[in-house]
Amino acid sequence: MRLRQGQFSFLPDLTDDDIRTQAQYAIDNGWAVSVEYTDDPHPRNSYWEMWGHPMFDNPDAAAVVYEVNECRKEHGGKYIRVLAFDATAGWESIRMSFIVNRPAEEPGFRVVRQEGEGRSIRYTVESYAMREPEGARYA
Amino acid sequence: MLDNAKTVTDAKKRYSAGVMKYAQMGYWEPDYTPKDTDIIALFRITPQDGVDAVEAAAAVAGESSTATWTVVWTDRLTACDKYRAKAYRVDPVPNSEGEFFAYIAYDLDLFEGGSIANLTASIIGNVFGFKPLKALRLEDMRLPVAYVKTFQGPATGIVVERERLNAYGRPLLGATVKPKLGLSGRNYGRVVYEALKGGLDFTKDDENINSQPFMHWRDRFLYCMEAVNRASAATGEVKGTYLNVTAATMEEMYERAEFAKSLGSVVIMIDLVIGYTAIQSMAKWARDNDMILHLHRAGHSTYTRQRSHGVSFRVIAKWMRLAGVDHLHAGTVVGKLEGDPATTKGYYDIFREEFNPMALENGIFFDQDWASLNKMMPVASGGIHAGQMHQLLTYLGEDVVLQFGGGTIGHPHGIQAGATANRVALEAMVFARNAGRDIWNEGEDILRDAARTCTPLKQALDTWKDVTFDYVSTDAPDFAPTPEVSA
Repeated sequence: MRLRQGQFSFLPDLTDDDIRTQAQYAIDNGWAVSVEYTDDPHPRNSYWEMWGHPMFDNPDAAAVVYEVNECRKEHGGKYIRVLAFDATAGWESIRMSFIVNRPAEEPGFRVVRQEGEGRSIRYTVESYAMREPEGARYA
Repeated sequence: MLDNAKTVTDAKKRYSAGVMKYAQMGYWEPDYTPKDTDIIALFRITPQDGVDAVEAAAAVAGESSTATWTVVWTDRLTACDKYRAKAYRVDPVPNSEGEFFAYIAYDLDLFEGGSIANLTASIIGNVFGFKPLKALRLEDMRLPVAYVKTFQGPATGIVVERERLNAYGRPLLGATVKPKLGLSGRNYGRVVYEALKGGLDFTKDDENINSQPFMHWRDRFLYCMEAVNRASAATGEVKGTYLNVTAATMEEMYERAEFAKSLGSVVIMIDLVIGYTAIQSMAKWARDNDMILHLHRAGHSTYTRQRSHGVSFRVIAKWMRLAGVDHLHAGTVVGKLEGDPATTKGYYDIFREEFNPMALENGIFFDQDWASLNKMMPVASGGIHAGQMHQLLTYLGEDVVLQFGGGTIGHPHGIQAGATANRVALEAMVFARNAGRDIWNEGEDILRDAARTCTPLKQALDTWKDVTFDYVSTDAPDFAPTPEVSA
């Protein structure tokens, strides 16, 4: 299974140069770029761990690629994403989000169905990786 | 002898029983400067032969505010000067003989806050059948901030919708399930599952899918939510399907909406034909229940399409942003349905901007401040396919739902392949744009490159490469940008 979150998960994995061009696009738009990682890929997991603060005053995307690689050294077996944050009034949220690192094996998700009255069903989507405690997932 | 175009100020003459010109009654005030708090309406009027344009404009002002066909003494029990709408400007329409633009200002106290029904009962209530006019079209409105603030606005808005879906930086993708009538619930859910798993964010009920003998609504909702959750697990993404809750009564719509909520749907859908009050009620329900509200503009072309008569879609768009829907169809430019690029840009700006400056070349006649009301997500749907991705991204930008119904389900290798083709084309085009490539001119190359590692995209491009819809638009702006004169 391939996690399809982010802007470019249907494309081949991004190279460092790809990451640089996309991060530079964000910087040129005035957005702060940040790096985050997680071992909980649930689609509603909003809060991945922050690899440092958003890089508010950084003009050069090479620094983003550097931080991605630093993050990979420590968390290379997890998901890493690059975010761009726009502080403009009326937006004040994320403008870009793309995955730049994946675990070697992506076990995917299972659907849990709780049958209710009539034919109604309550659904839960669970990552198989989440059966292990934090830090012990993805080996 | 009274001047036909001048307000009669002598109270005795003004209120003597009988009939007088609307302009004489005070509905034409060429010196009037609209107040910041006035609602302004711009009408395109086509007077009957022999009817003076100014008198026609005054008549529209009169009939859409306080007037009736004859003088009434009871006006004098009110502050009638304040309540009379004032036509203050009449311009001939460029290149259209017999048509005029009439600007009419309405005092804010003529309206109940927060009610589209009340606004429309005045502005389009009586005047459209008025005999002295051959035709009448409401082209645009300026809504003062004080009035905008009395409305809820979009239940969710573009920003929070993206946060809920965890989807940023690219247009969202959707598809309407086809055939639009006749599938059983189980078969219908199959289409939803395949399309979402293949890469779409949304699937959609069509406007006329409600609860018919071949598929009752509960069946559809149950199978669709099985499909949504399976697809979510298969991709690790949030998925949605617009469950159409349109029904005969509010009670029935609430019941369907509650069921959709209980099954965990992120989005429900209504049709424009349910009416303005029902739309506002559903928008309130959607805000109260964390639900994205999709509006299908079923029926709008009956009054938006012809240039001389009806209501422009840009006005409908403004009303719907006030009323509080999150999604609304707004044209594709390149697809099978009406919409030239300049006019469509005007609609998109009304949906998505904080402030619309006057832009006659896009059909926008007034500055419009949206007072921080949420933004609406435009939906582009009807005859579009992966091969047009560079044009779609250029014309429509990033905050839009691109809906490929036939362009997904009609893929020669199945629905999943169709969805994947669209998603890969989209991501490749966004990536190329961000990387600084000229997607307008290099779009076909970009798609062909992406197709090298994506067979479904190659098949899609081969199947639909020559499909275009080149027809003359029936509703283009009246003003072209003046070319800059260079030395």
